[in-house]
Amino acid sequence: MTIALVRRPGLARIRTRGSWLYLLCLGFLAVVVLLALLAPWLSPHDPNAVDLGNALAGPSAAHPLGVDGSGRDTASRLITGARTSLLGPLGVVLFSTVAGVIVGTAAGWRGGWLDSLLSRTTELVFAFPGLLLAILIVSIYGEGLIAPVIALGMAYLPYVSRLTRSLVLAERERPFVEAYQVQGHSGLQICLRHVLPNIAPVVLAQSTVNFGYALIDLAGLSFLGLGVPALTPDWGRMVFDGESAIQAGYPLCAILPCAAIVLTVVAFNVVGERWADRVARRDR
Amino acid sequence: MTFLRFALRRLAEMAATLLAASFLIFGAMYLAPGNPASFLLSGRSASPEAFRAINAQYHLNDPFWQQYLRWLGQVLRGDFGRSIEYRTPVSTLLASRLPSTLLLVAMALALVVVIGLALGWTGAVRGGATDSTILVATTFAVGTPSFVAAVLLQGLFSVKLGWFPSSGTGSGPASMLWHLTLPALALAHYLIGMLARVTRSAMLEVMGHEHVTVARSRGVPERAVIRRHVFRNTLGTVLTMGGLIVSTLLICTVLVETAFSVNGVGQLLDLSTTTKDFPVVQAISLIIVAIFMIVNFLVDLLLPLVDPRVTLGTRGGAV
Repeated sequence: MTIALVRRPGLARIRTRGSWLYLLCLGFLAVVVLLALLAPWLSPHDPNAVDLGNALAGPSAAHPLGVDGSGRDTASRLITGARTSLLGPLGVVLFSTVAGVIVGTAAGWRGGWLDSLLSRTTELVFAFPGLLLAILIVSIYGEGLIAPVIALGMAYLPYVSRLTRSLVLAERERPFVEAYQVQGHSGLQICLRHVLPNIAPVVLAQSTVNFGYALIDLAGLSFLGLGVPALTPDWGRMVFDGESAIQAGYPLCAILPCAAIVLTVVAFNVVGERWADRVARRDR
Repeated sequence: MTFLRFALRRLAEMAATLLAASFLIFGAMYLAPGNPASFLLSGRSASPEAFRAINAQYHLNDPFWQQYLRWLGQVLRGDFGRSIEYRTPVSTLLASRLPSTLLLVAMALALVVVIGLALGWTGAVRGGATDSTILVATTFAVGTPSFVAAVLLQGLFSVKLGWFPSSGTGSGPASMLWHLTLPALALAHYLIGMLARVTRSAMLEVMGHEHVTVARSRGVPERAVIRRHVFRNTLGTVLTMGGLIVSTLLICTVLVETAFSVNGVGQLLDLSTTTKDFPVVQAISLIIVAIFMIVNFLVDLLLPLVDPRVTLGTRGGAV
């Protein structure tokens, strides 16, 4: 007699031990994304409204998280700053994922001279730390968000393409590929309809982790005053503005953006690693 | 393949990659909108004399490849051209700022190696609550950007507690060490977390191997098992991170030195990017990339000595 053990895999996976941290991080990210999307309606004040008479005031009914050295409302700047702070890394991750998957698939599937050319280029790009590439581009094009995002996208591309290449190499050996080839499907068709969906979860997990690192790099760039334009609210820029407030003994308006950056990056790392673990377990 | 032949081949590969990198860094100037002369001057002085001077100094009327080869020849002789902002040779500018950056990076590197390995070791050996605590701490260390750490350390240890100076470099060795302690911590924490995690997982993996069980069953003391049979096996993995660790330390000096007003090379990179002093940016970029490649080259040479299972030229086992 056989007993059919029917389990709902989706729920069972969520119920595994230690997942409260994952859920907490996922919830936190959802809140941050919602705040960023609804920023114009949610922020209590104009994030750039200067009120020098009220500079460095503590939390009050009008300003629940206090104000910064120029009397600008910290809560509004945090909420509005979430937009640029998330939009930049999103651009980096989109660029590096799309281009990296194309490059990695081409290298892994075709092999030969294309593969060795692409791995040489990858090695070259690895020698440039992301932040250095971004600074190099900024020194040429001047401050702004688009040039650093493209530079960081280039810097993160090899991480995605190397991963994709190894995954595609493994997929190519599987019997279904040969079966489709015998049936006359073209390489492009097999890649798009069968290989890509198979490798997508692993690549997405890597890109999620990359999101956190891109956020760190872009926030660092705007801390240096090289990223977003000066008046645009941004978490990295807020840390820079808060440095003088700390010196004056009013740390709140510096600690809050610091916490926002750290918690968001940690949340992205936890979620990304969790996804990678889950994919690895399914493969086994 | 003999060791010498392997070393020579890797050296040639490194030289080729370095040449390509130098070409990119030099050619980047031509990506700028407008002509190179006006880019190099960037709104400083637009007088015809200034244009003539910059054209003559950079030989901008020559074909591109001639300019590149001339620049490369000068760089190989240690001449990185003249700073446009300070009107002094870039090499002089770098030399005056090098000591503080070297000391800062050396201090941070020492912290990374000592604390990173110790935390990874403790987490892997102790397990339980100690391991979980270290895991949470390293998760936050990896998620904290160096400039955030710099600002927070400054707020706590120099403004609130007054234990360390909040900015500057100091003069004299003792004063420099004291001034650079907080910057070194801010520079190191990310890599401490990274190295601790890599060491921990590498040691846990080796602990599951049969030779460890055999050593334990032979009655080898636990400390010796961990040291000789587990830790030694993970050294190769740690060593392959060398290039990444050094280049991350070098580039993050730009954030930490700016936050702490340390007059080092990192601060110079920030200043010259803001003032569009391109020859300085070029020189610092090339040096950082070259150091990364040299460290990786040395790691490839050292790896077979540390881990005899690694045959020359394959970074086997260690990812």
